[in-house]
Amino acid sequence: MSHADTAIMAIDNPQVAVEHLNLFYGASQALKDMSFGIPQSQVTALIGPSGCGKSTFLRCINRMNDLVEGLRIEGLIAIDGENINDPSLDVIELRRKVGMVFQKWNPFPKSIYENVIYGLRIAGIKERGVLDQAVEQSLKRAALWDEVKDRLHQSAMGLSGGQMQRLCIARAVAVNPEIILMDEPCSALDPRSTSRIEDLIRELRGEYTIIIVTHNMQQAARISDYTAYMYLGELIEYGPTQKLFTVPERKETEDYITGRFG
Amino acid sequence: MMVTKKFWRQGEPYVWATSLALSLILFMTFLLFYVVLANGIMVFWPKKVTLATLTDGGHLLGEIIQDEKNPATGQKRVQFKIGNRDLYGLDFKWVDEASVSNFSLPPDVYVLERQEHGNFYGSLQELRIPGLVLPADKKESLRAALDAILPQRAEVAEIDRQIALLNRQVESNNNKLARLRYHKQEKTPSAAALQEEAKKLKIEFDRLVVLLGSKRAIVSANEAVMVDAGGQEKTITLANIVRCYQPNSMSWLQKCSYYGKRLGELLFAEPRESNTEGGLFPAIFGTIMLILLMSILSFPVGVIAGIYLREYAKDGYLVKMVRIAVNNLAGIPSIVYGIFGLGFFVYGVGGQIDQLFFPEMLPTPTFGTGGILWASLTLGLLTVPVVIVATEEALGAIPPGIREGSQALAATKFQTLTRILLPIASPGILTGFILAMARAAGEVAPLMITGVVKLAPALPLDGSFPYLHLDRKFMHLGFHIYDIGFQSPNVEAAKPMVYVTTLLLILIVLIMTSTAIHLRNKMRERFSVADL
Ligand SMILES: Nc1ncnc2c1ncn2[C@@H]1O[C@H](COP(=O)(O)OP(=O)(O)OP(=O)(O)O)[C@@H](O)[C@H]1O
Ligand SMILES: [Mg+2]
Repeated sequence: MSHADTAIMAIDNPQVAVEHLNLFYGASQALKDMSFGIPQSQVTALIGPSGCGKSTFLRCINRMNDLVEGLRIEGLIAIDGENINDPSLDVIELRRKVGMVFQKWNPFPKSIYENVIYGLRIAGIKERGVLDQAVEQSLKRAALWDEVKDRLHQSAMGLSGGQMQRLCIARAVAVNPEIILMDEPCSALDPRSTSRIEDLIRELRGEYTIIIVTHNMQQAARISDYTAYMYLGELIEYGPTQKLFTVPERKETEDYITGRFG
Repeated sequence: MMVTKKFWRQGEPYVWATSLALSLILFMTFLLFYVVLANGIMVFWPKKVTLATLTDGGHLLGEIIQDEKNPATGQKRVQFKIGNRDLYGLDFKWVDEASVSNFSLPPDVYVLERQEHGNFYGSLQELRIPGLVLPADKKESLRAALDAILPQRAEVAEIDRQIALLNRQVESNNNKLARLRYHKQEKTPSAAALQEEAKKLKIEFDRLVVLLGSKRAIVSANEAVMVDAGGQEKTITLANIVRCYQPNSMSWLQKCSYYGKRLGELLFAEPRESNTEGGLFPAIFGTIMLILLMSILSFPVGVIAGIYLREYAKDGYLVKMVRIAVNNLAGIPSIVYGIFGLGFFVYGVGGQIDQLFFPEMLPTPTFGTGGILWASLTLGLLTVPVVIVATEEALGAIPPGIREGSQALAATKFQTLTRILLPIASPGILTGFILAMARAAGEVAPLMITGVVKLAPALPLDGSFPYLHLDRKFMHLGFHIYDIGFQSPNVEAAKPMVYVTTLLLILIVLIMTSTAIHLRNKMRERFSVADL
């Protein structure tokens, strides 16, 4: 594409490299020739109108789309230079490296403690000390420790929505992934919980590569280092957040951003 | 006009119809419970024995069962349970109230519950107890005499037990011999040893039979001479008396203790008098064991099949057909399952097992005849479809986010299933299973052709190797109800027992299902994802 050179910023040594990614749900194409790189240890926001394929793209990165029937992928996604769709790649290993937080919180009907260490148990870790430490560390990271430290062994179902979402973040952090995918993690939360989670993302930045989908322009501006704007399955513009929100390269981006602001 | 329109629009009549339907169902349920409870609960409470002096000078002694208007004469008449079947030939008698000059409750009248011939109503005339000295007090003496011969009766029972044990040894010995003979090894030393053993057993057996005869003779020398209402004498050996009591002079406490004893007998003793008297222990045992065995056999199969259909099978034409078939299986009359069980399990599978493992016993079948294994498998067929559908639906009802959450944390499909999905689905699966279990527990028709019997010689679980005898026939409360209620020669006398058995069956089903429901509720509390 001609505009790609200027509107889509090139990243040196991207952690996630996407090249000519096309994705089809049966006959309908949901992602069209996406090519860009996501830098390490930074927060990258994906914005765009509903149905433009943000979730679909996000789910490609940890291959959650494997579960969808009739889905077909062309092109390349590489993490640390490794093609994740390579048949020889172990999807379990990939998911250990790439954690995910969903739009709708989904804690398991187990104790808070068991929720946090679920990934570790799956990985076969049994030492009590390691698990205890992981629980405390992850819950502190997720800014939930003080609220739940006295009821670690009670059911997670008794938490509030915001607490459950932070628990899900703690759960993702506990297995020490390199990349954390977040699909509208705050869309069902009140402003207070949202700002807590935003704080959290800022804190995790630098340690983890975070890719976050959001509908909230201010949020994207507040927390992300880079922003990608998608429209109808195409990547329209990608660059540093500061630049994209102040002097967007493309008219569509500007319309979308100002439309939302105005 | 407006008013009626609004009336219809708001759907009032439908609301009424639904509540009417509900109350009708509740009413029927309560009526059923009431009838069973009202008739069953007082069966063991000692009833007063009434002496009716007739205008023609005759006497009637017995328990008043009911009264009604004589449909022929329009006069009131009373039904007596007069017992003494060996004297009169029938247990029950109607008398017109007009022909009775006087009703009274003689305080010293005895009721004897006997091993044979049902109850005896009458008074004690004399005790003949060789070699035993009893206190002179006449009122207490019959009970004292019964107590005094207890050790003797215990001895007889012990010899009976030994003979039964010996019989089993003989049988197993014979089976081993038959096996050797079948393999043409009757000349081997081990065969000779078995034959030697058989001879020894025979000698021991003969000794015990002689011993039993002599002990029996000693016990049955103890007799009571009783007199009925008409003054007729009847000599009854004490060994024939199960229990004696004097209902007209019993205190409330004594009645309670009698009730407790009868209840204990019901729950823990063997039946007598072609099942119309005595205990129900083998039937209770058979019923519970059947349900447990059925659960163990069918529950895992149903759950696994449900998991496969929902989680692993490709959603195609075949799966759809299976689903339809499974859903319709629940609507097939249970007797059809019974016939299938007979043809497939008993004759097919059982016949093959006999050919392969017990050829020496043929033509006598071992597994090729009805037994508790086949009956529980047949009932299992009845419950499996329900469990499959329940499992499938419970798994399908889990929010997809939970599944994805687990897989996003690098869990495999199998780990997700066992650690997350099955616990969440368990209340739903259990609900289906409870319904199926309740249905299976009350089924009688398929059992009748797959192994239930009126009287089983031995329990399917006992102390003799290999302890669990899945080939054995068994007794069942549901069949018991049918049998004593409709097949016994003395239906009238069996009536109280029918109610008691029904009550017991309902209670057992209730206890089993409410245990399962309790478990289900606990799981529901623990694994609920309703808030997500
Ligand atoms: N399982 C699926 N099967 C078929 N089409 C799908 C499936 N999932 C998503 N789509 C289609 O793919 C397109 C992109 O969907 P996606 O969920 O990625 O959008 P999104 O950008 O995340 O939207 P939103 O902001 O509303 O979450 C939509 O047109 C959607 O209808
Ligand atoms: Mg989305």
